[in-house]
Amino acid sequence: MALKLLLGLWIAAIIVVGITFPIVPVPQAWYEFPLIPGLENKARIMLFHVPMAWVTVLAFLISMGYGIRYLVKKNIDDDEKSAASAGLGLLFCVLATVTGAIWARFNWGAFWNWDPRQTSIFALLLIYGAYFALRSALDVEEKRAALSAAYAVIAGATVPFFIFVMPRLLPGLHPGSGGSGPLMGGTMNATLRIVFYASLAGFTALYFWMLNLRNRLAKLRTHHESVGG
Amino acid sequence: MKSGSSFAVRWLQATSAIFSKDIKSELRTRYALNALVMFVITTLSIILFALGGEAASSELMCGVLWIIIFFSTMSGMSRSFVSEEERGTVLTLQLMTRPSTVFFGKLFFNFVLLSGTNLLSIVLYLVLITNFVVRTPAIFIVVMLLGTMGLASACTIIAAIIAKANTKGTLYPVLSFPILLPLLLTVINGTLLSVEGAPFTEALEEVQILVSYFVVITAVSYLLFDYVWKD
Repeated sequence: MALKLLLGLWIAAIIVVGITFPIVPVPQAWYEFPLIPGLENKARIMLFHVPMAWVTVLAFLISMGYGIRYLVKKNIDDDEKSAASAGLGLLFCVLATVTGAIWARFNWGAFWNWDPRQTSIFALLLIYGAYFALRSALDVEEKRAALSAAYAVIAGATVPFFIFVMPRLLPGLHPGSGGSGPLMGGTMNATLRIVFYASLAGFTALYFWMLNLRNRLAKLRTHHESVGG
Repeated sequence: MKSGSSFAVRWLQATSAIFSKDIKSELRTRYALNALVMFVITTLSIILFALGGEAASSELMCGVLWIIIFFSTMSGMSRSFVSEEERGTVLTLQLMTRPSTVFFGKLFFNFVLLSGTNLLSIVLYLVLITNFVVRTPAIFIVVMLLGTMGLASACTIIAAIIAKANTKGTLYPVLSFPILLPLLLTVINGTLLSVEGAPFTEALEEVQILVSYFVVITAVSYLLFDYVWKD
C-alpha cells in the first residue's frame, strides 16, 4: 500500500518537475535545466519519451524470457506472465510511438519521417501486434504457449538488428544516429540528469507494478477456473 | 541399425529424402508453383498498368521489385508446412524423422522454390521495365542470393508456426513482415547500389548484414524448431 502511494507520488513529482522547472541558457540555481540549442522547451518530452521506449524494450525482453522459461519448464504460468508483459509492452510502445511522433512534428516538421529509430519502434509495434494475432488464432493452451514463445524468440533475434545495426548505417534525424553525436552527451547538467534517471526509475517501477497486478490477476483467474467457480 | 554409415550420412540422406519428396509432390501438383508464377505475372502487369507507359525513377523500381518478391513469397511459401497439415501427414513425419531433417529439408525446398520465383521476377523485370538497368551485376547477384537465403530461412520457421494456427493465410504476412523488415531494408539498399553502379566495396556493409541475418535466423529457427514441430 505504501509502495503504491510512493510510486504515485514519485511519478507525479517527475511530471510536475519536468514541466515546471525553467530552462535557461546557463543554469545557476539547482532547479534550472540547461538550454539545448534548437530544442528549448521541446526537450522536456525527453523525460517521458525515452523511459517509455526503454520500458517497451524491457517488457519485450521479459516477455521473451518468460517464453523461453515456458519452453524449458512447460509451466503454463510462465506463458501467462509472458502474455501479461507483452500486453504492457504494447501499451508503452504505443505511448513511445505517439510521444516520438509529437517530438518529430515539432522538431523535424512531420509526424512521421521513416527515420531508422522511428522505423524500428514501428517494427516493435508490428511485432507486438503479430504476437497477439498469433495468440488469438490458437485455441489449444499448450500450442498457444509454445508457438507464441517461439515467435517471441525469433522476433527477439531480429531486435538487435533494429536497435544497433540500422541506426548506425542509415542516416537519420533521431539523436544518436549516423549524423549527430551521442544521444545525451554533455548537454545535461546535474539537475536534468537526476530528473531523467528518476523518470527512468519511475517508469520501470510503474511497469513492474502493473506486471505484478496482471500476474496476480491471471493466477486468480486460473485458480477460479480450476476450482470450478 | 545400419552399420558402416555414420550419423552424418544418415542425416543427409533423411534431409534429402524430405527435400526430394517435397520437390516431387510440388512438380506433380504444381499448387505453389502455379500460385507463385501467376502472382508474379499479375503483380507485374498491375504495376505496368499503373505506370501507364511513364518511366518511374530506377530508385523507385528497386523498391517495387522487392514489393513483388515479398508479396509473391507471402502468397506461396507457407505451402511447405500447411500442405502437411492438410494432407494429414504430419504425424507420419513426426514419427519417422528427426525434426532437424524436416527443418533443413523444407528450408532447402523453400530456398529452391523461392530462387525459381525470384529468377522469374528478375528476368521479367529486366525485360519489361526499360529504365531498370543493373550497372554492377556483382552486387546485384550477391544481394539477390543472400536475400533469397534470408527470405527462405525466415519464411520456413514462420510457416512452421502458422501451420498449427487457425487463420493461416492472413496470419502469415502479419507474422513475417516484422521479422523480414531488416532484410528488406538492407536488400533494397543493396539493389539501389547495384543500379547506381557503385563499386562492390560500398555494398560490403549490406553483405555483412545479410550474411549475419541469415546465420542468426537459421540458427534460432533450428533451435526453436523442436518446440514448434512437436506436440
